[in-house]
Amino acid sequence: MPVSCSSCGEKRAALKRPKTGHSLCKECFFMAFEEEVHQTIVNASLFKSGESVAIAASGGKDSTVLAHVMKVLNERYNYGLELMLISVDEGITGYRDDSLETVKRNQQQYELPLKIVSYEELYGWTMDAIVKQVGLKNNCTFCGVFRRQALDRGALMLKVDKICTGHNADDVAETVLMNVLRGDIARLRRCTAISTASEGEGVVPRCKPLKYAYEKEIVLYAYFKKLDYFSTECIYSPNAYRGHARTFLKDLESIRPSSIIDIIHSGENLSVREGVKMPVQGTCSRCGYISSQALCKSCVLLEGLNRGLPKLGIGKHHRLHGKILSQQPLTEKEERKLKSVEF
Amino acid sequence: MCEMQRGAGSSSDPCRRPVLQVRRTWEAEAPPRGLSVRNRSARADCVLLFVRSCFRDYFTHKFRAMLGKTRLIFPGEKVLLAISGGPSSSAMLSQVQQGLSQSAQKKLRFLPAIVHIDEGGALGLSLVERQRLVSELQVIFRASGFNFYTIPLEQVLDLPSSVVNVAPPSFDQAPDSYKAAVDVDLQGAGRDPQQGGGVPEPRLDESQTRSLQQLLGSAATLTARAELLSTLRQHLLVHTARTRGYSKLLLGESCSRLAVRLLTCVSLGRGAHLAQDTGFSDCRFGDVTLVRPMREFSAKEIAVYNHMFGVPTVIIPTLDTKMPEKASIQRLSQSFVSRLQQDFPSTVSTIYRTSEKLQTAGGGCSAQDGRCLLCVCSVDTAAGKASALQARLISEQLCCQEPAGTVQVGPTPPAGQCCSATDGECGRPAGGAGCCSSHFRAPEKKELQKLLCYSCQLILRDMSSVAHLPQYIVAEAERRKRRSLMKDEISEFLLEEEGSS
Repeated sequence: MPVSCSSCGEKRAALKRPKTGHSLCKECFFMAFEEEVHQTIVNASLFKSGESVAIAASGGKDSTVLAHVMKVLNERYNYGLELMLISVDEGITGYRDDSLETVKRNQQQYELPLKIVSYEELYGWTMDAIVKQVGLKNNCTFCGVFRRQALDRGALMLKVDKICTGHNADDVAETVLMNVLRGDIARLRRCTAISTASEGEGVVPRCKPLKYAYEKEIVLYAYFKKLDYFSTECIYSPNAYRGHARTFLKDLESIRPSSIIDIIHSGENLSVREGVKMPVQGTCSRCGYISSQALCKSCVLLEGLNRGLPKLGIGKHHRLHGKILSQQPLTEKEERKLKSVEF
Repeated sequence: MCEMQRGAGSSSDPCRRPVLQVRRTWEAEAPPRGLSVRNRSARADCVLLFVRSCFRDYFTHKFRAMLGKTRLIFPGEKVLLAISGGPSSSAMLSQVQQGLSQSAQKKLRFLPAIVHIDEGGALGLSLVERQRLVSELQVIFRASGFNFYTIPLEQVLDLPSSVVNVAPPSFDQAPDSYKAAVDVDLQGAGRDPQQGGGVPEPRLDESQTRSLQQLLGSAATLTARAELLSTLRQHLLVHTARTRGYSKLLLGESCSRLAVRLLTCVSLGRGAHLAQDTGFSDCRFGDVTLVRPMREFSAKEIAVYNHMFGVPTVIIPTLDTKMPEKASIQRLSQSFVSRLQQDFPSTVSTIYRTSEKLQTAGGGCSAQDGRCLLCVCSVDTAAGKASALQARLISEQLCCQEPAGTVQVGPTPPAGQCCSATDGECGRPAGGAGCCSSHFRAPEKKELQKLLCYSCQLILRDMSSVAHLPQYIVAEAERRKRRSLMKDEISEFLLEEEGSS
């Protein structure tokens, strides 16, 4: 028996929303999805009229849908934003070059300017080379840290006011779970914020307009709107710790679909006891990027790669910052600890 | 000190050979003084090797240090031990017994009694089975020499509505008065020795058991049912403590159980109440403080202790015994943490450390009216402008624009539906006058939702009907509704918020 849409009541329902379980027709679903993103943007005051905004595009579903929705909403509600695309080339053969083609196609479809920054030009290392040195266990740390800085540098080159990323509700919930499991209280406090702090030189504030959109709904949206995206998993990611949090989250969602939003709610309402040591924001003494230690993480990681010490940067290393800054060689014991890598 | 420095198997004397390896992760650089440690891996994971006698000392010391360090339990104070019969609470009972014995060093100075809640009715156990389990437990309780109460969970249906309200603490609990109280006690203010008997338990009523089962059965998912059961149990425990003059309630939750509980609470939306649900002391009820002295012990340590020193336990099944992994969120979290613990041995201690760094949002044990009806924690549903709650409300609004004319055929009805599934769908929106399954004072789901915190709202959402809620909850809901109507009438004349001073 055909089910009718619970919103307009007229058309036949084409899908069931993963978020609330309601049956909706295509048009009502598009409207609901876009409205929700619009409400998120308006309630959190993410943008101001006249700003230029860079959309971090990887060619995957989140950033494709983000680019599409931002364009639609910008026109529909007259945000007055100047949009452009920015993409990061990590140098992963077989994965990134394909997704970059998708981004270039998106650029033509949405008629937005595009800038591509690559690890090769910024750091002198591609992810393939890094994995050869580091192995498959800690490579995601390198990629993530480098990408963050790459996005900021690209945004500075483009001279935009804000970056928006395609992080969805599932990503934020996974991050909350991961930080609980890892005991990272500082990140736990910050990770549910919808936009980062905006003070400081060399830092472009970034926000997540899709923060409350379920991953499944993003896929549904892209499917029904026939949006073109690249959907393969990164070839280096299967051993990431995040995978555990992700499986747990998927199972939770099957038990109770609202779990994802519930976890985000928990994360937002957490309160940390006074007196717990928190990192203080400063700048890196070598490159000037923001950092809570003397050297920023990417400088430490780069130093490790350049010296052939792949574990420098994984684990506690702040005691070695002084030595790195002053270009002193490390003792043999320290070198031995930092060299050993399990593949 | 035992020969721990030289490692396993090196000592020739069989009595002094290490028998236990305990894996602990230390945050600080140095492990506790007096215990030598062999650092096994670069990850600050230490393996402690123990001999039997040293293990007992370690266990006992940790228990007493937890109580003594926090100075929470005053000498001469009446304390209620909630014993379920499981390994953790049995170990707690054994420790308290030892601690109170005259020969103990640094002996404990409070007056304990035992309470056991018989949940057999909720689980569908037969009367014979329930009586058997309870009598096994009573043997253990009698041997301890303390007063004990075995109360069936059905009693929760008869509670007064004051149980969900916060009451002011009965005596001064300031830290400086602790020392004074110890001095008084040391001077040998004579205390009557306890008779150590059981209070005769009330007869079990069939109809009450049925009502309880109906109540739990109205929760459609196992997750909601388990949460509801634990809420009811907590209410009954607190009521018992209150009416019999006990100001502290000791719960026997271990480190492993609390780590799972933390993850479950995060998944259920109880982020604001994590500190109260998993912390050492929980003062949400005001006059009765819930204390968790076993929270530093991992399940493995407790199991070994019980085995080594012959602590009697009685295993009683719970709601999710023998259930598949994905039956409920609680069950899933437990299997997830156990699995992760195998690959990353520091998982449980890391999660536990996270819980120590949290506090209750908004300063905790304050305001009377802003409390949840079920869990008595502060209500966290003030939907901030850009919050998950707001997003959820918007989604609901966008999908249900015309509730009056539409008949919902989807498997999950929206929160607005009023009838229970068993009565058939009447299709009328909630709040409509004269719902067909109502009797005289049945509460409206929507009104109840306003009085609950975020996660209790989710429990209510999963309940097919609120007609079976115990009388005290319904009465309290009515009372709060009347009070808020009163407040709305006079709001322009009120000068300051109630409970803000």
